[in-house]
Amino acid sequence: MKHVLAVLVEDKPGVLARVAGLFSRRGFNIDNIAVGETITPGISRMTITVEGSDTLVEQVVKQLHKLVNVIKVSNLSEEPSVMRELMLIKVNAEVGSRSDIQQIVETFRGKVVDVSPDSMIIEVTGDEGKMEAIKLLLQHFGIKEIVRTGKIALLRGSRITREG
Amino acid sequence: MKKKMTKGSSMIISALQKEGVELIFGYPGGAVLPLYDRLYDSPLKHILVRHEQAAVHAADGYARVTGNPGVVFATSGPGATNLVTGIANAYMDSVPLVLITGQVPSSFIGTDAFQEADITGITLPVTKHNYLVKEAGHLPEILSEAFYLASTGRRGPVLIDVPKDVFDQEDQFNYSVECEIPGYNPTYSGHAGQITRAVKAIRDAKRPVIFGGGGLIRSGASAVLEELAEKANIPVILSLMGLGAYPGDKSLFLGMPGMHGSITANYALSEADLIIATGVRFDDRVTGKLDSFANNARIIHIDIDPAEIGKNVKIDVPIVGDVKTVLKAILKKLQPGDTVKWLEQIENWQKQNPMPGGLKGNGDAMKPQYVIRELSRLCDGDAIVATDVGQHQMWTAQHFIIRNPQSFLTSGGLGTMGYGFPASIGAKLAAPDKKVVCITGDGSFQMNIQELATAVNNRLDIIIAIINNGFLGMVRQWQDIFYEKRYAQTLLQGNPDFVRVAEAYGARGMQASDEKEATAAIEQAMQEKGPVVIDFVVEPEENVYPMVAPNRPINDIIIGGDRS
Repeated sequence: MKHVLAVLVEDKPGVLARVAGLFSRRGFNIDNIAVGETITPGISRMTITVEGSDTLVEQVVKQLHKLVNVIKVSNLSEEPSVMRELMLIKVNAEVGSRSDIQQIVETFRGKVVDVSPDSMIIEVTGDEGKMEAIKLLLQHFGIKEIVRTGKIALLRGSRITREG
Repeated sequence: MKKKMTKGSSMIISALQKEGVELIFGYPGGAVLPLYDRLYDSPLKHILVRHEQAAVHAADGYARVTGNPGVVFATSGPGATNLVTGIANAYMDSVPLVLITGQVPSSFIGTDAFQEADITGITLPVTKHNYLVKEAGHLPEILSEAFYLASTGRRGPVLIDVPKDVFDQEDQFNYSVECEIPGYNPTYSGHAGQITRAVKAIRDAKRPVIFGGGGLIRSGASAVLEELAEKANIPVILSLMGLGAYPGDKSLFLGMPGMHGSITANYALSEADLIIATGVRFDDRVTGKLDSFANNARIIHIDIDPAEIGKNVKIDVPIVGDVKTVLKAILKKLQPGDTVKWLEQIENWQKQNPMPGGLKGNGDAMKPQYVIRELSRLCDGDAIVATDVGQHQMWTAQHFIIRNPQSFLTSGGLGTMGYGFPASIGAKLAAPDKKVVCITGDGSFQMNIQELATAVNNRLDIIIAIINNGFLGMVRQWQDIFYEKRYAQTLLQGNPDFVRVAEAYGARGMQASDEKEATAAIEQAMQEKGPVVIDFVVEPEENVYPMVAPNRPINDIIIGGDRS
């Protein structure tokens, strides 16, 4: 099962290396990781997706807690939460196929953010299922390049993941 | 008014004094020169070793004996990388250390400068935490945090890397020993509900056993453990790291479990209906095959590190907390169960399965176990013993009676050959009035033999007992048992004359090849001043028994030796 962890860390040098190193040396696999600032200065938030059994993820959470720069770890998969990812896809787009592509993009509520004589860049946000679906449909035209941010997530409702 | 400014190097010296540090182990070099210059006219005592690895092991020995963080200085590049084995060793065995390394000047970092090594990167996986200091103004906070982290929660090594220019930078120095780290809040008192469950489990158990480890020693829990064991009449098993936490000569003590553990300890763990695990981490050398470990038992696990609970073994009553605090809480509510039958069973096992080895060879070479037993007898439970790693280490764990906590120093987790001798130097400096014995092998001793200079220079009364079998004995034993006696590279050809090596360093050297000589040499060594090396020439192909082959159930024991 995939688990999405929200990890609040002190924004100190090397903190990403500490977290990434922990995963590799303990044999945990990171599916993806996204890092960014929070509303509290000096605190960053990492969203880490990790695949594994509940026992393994429990061990991941405990080991993360042991890192001095890690302030809080929450498993967002255990609670209702909103999960999103942003993907940019550069797809072959000859004049003849552009409108077909445009239609797919609209269906997925994506955006065309760049057009060149033979290609387009499409921006799409959503959950993993949506990403996979649009990728599958665009493959037909020839995908040249893909970049993804990795998943980010927030708890539903008014509750928040805070430092304390 | 102009604020008083202090140099980075002076801040470090002052901080060490405020933290109560008296002794530093180290080795100078280019990048750390400004710090050594401050040390030159400070009251802090510095022990100059002959290899940086020995500085860490010595500080480690010092820390295990005193309970306070050991402090190490070293220079950048090779000075720092030479520390790594010692740091990893301390990390595995949860020993508090603060290590301060010089680094190339800030503007050179990342340029592959002379004697540059990314020591914070290198030590990331083997430190509790580490720091690269960017400016002198950060030093007070970092030093305070380093001592706090090293000596609280699950103890461990903390490294501070200081670029050369930062030593000379000036800033204000306001030092507070107290500190707060947002991501670090160890839990000390156990969960009340779990403690109640533990009390009930102990009351209801018919075949309980206490299984204790190094955590008992770090937390100073020996006296509480003793009281608990005796009030509830529960036998005690100690891991290698735990030896000394309960007196080794008391009748409730069953010895060490696991690969070379006592047969009774392994049977007791296998047959117990309750294991009270305190400050242990269920290492593979203890559990053997995990699927068949303690299948009949419920397990209470008390540990300061939540990540250890449930890591290897499924736990029924998890209690995160300081072992001593939690044991005290359990003791308060303790309702002893009836363990009479169980203790009878255990006594039977003990009678039927004495520890093999140590019997006199009939005209053969001297048995190594004999030497350990003689050392133990003549020390009479009153010595600090440091060991290296290998057969002699296991024989010491089996045959040397350790009565007190903080008096058995051994490399448990990492299994570092070369640990014992420098650790014994640290131990002697920590406890000058105690007898200190280093039990080592002819292989291990040569991994830090250069420290004879340190021991002689500081006139340290240490007995270095070399169990000399001319082999890398433990590796040879595995080749004997698992590789058809194909002794690839385990015969230590070209060993020096250890007596003359000792003498060349200005130490006393002796050799003993039979039982009479051995006893006489030990008695003589105890009268000598300064380090004494005794070269005990023993049976070359003696194996350590009992033995549980790796990944076998711990009650599947090869008895071997003189009882096979």
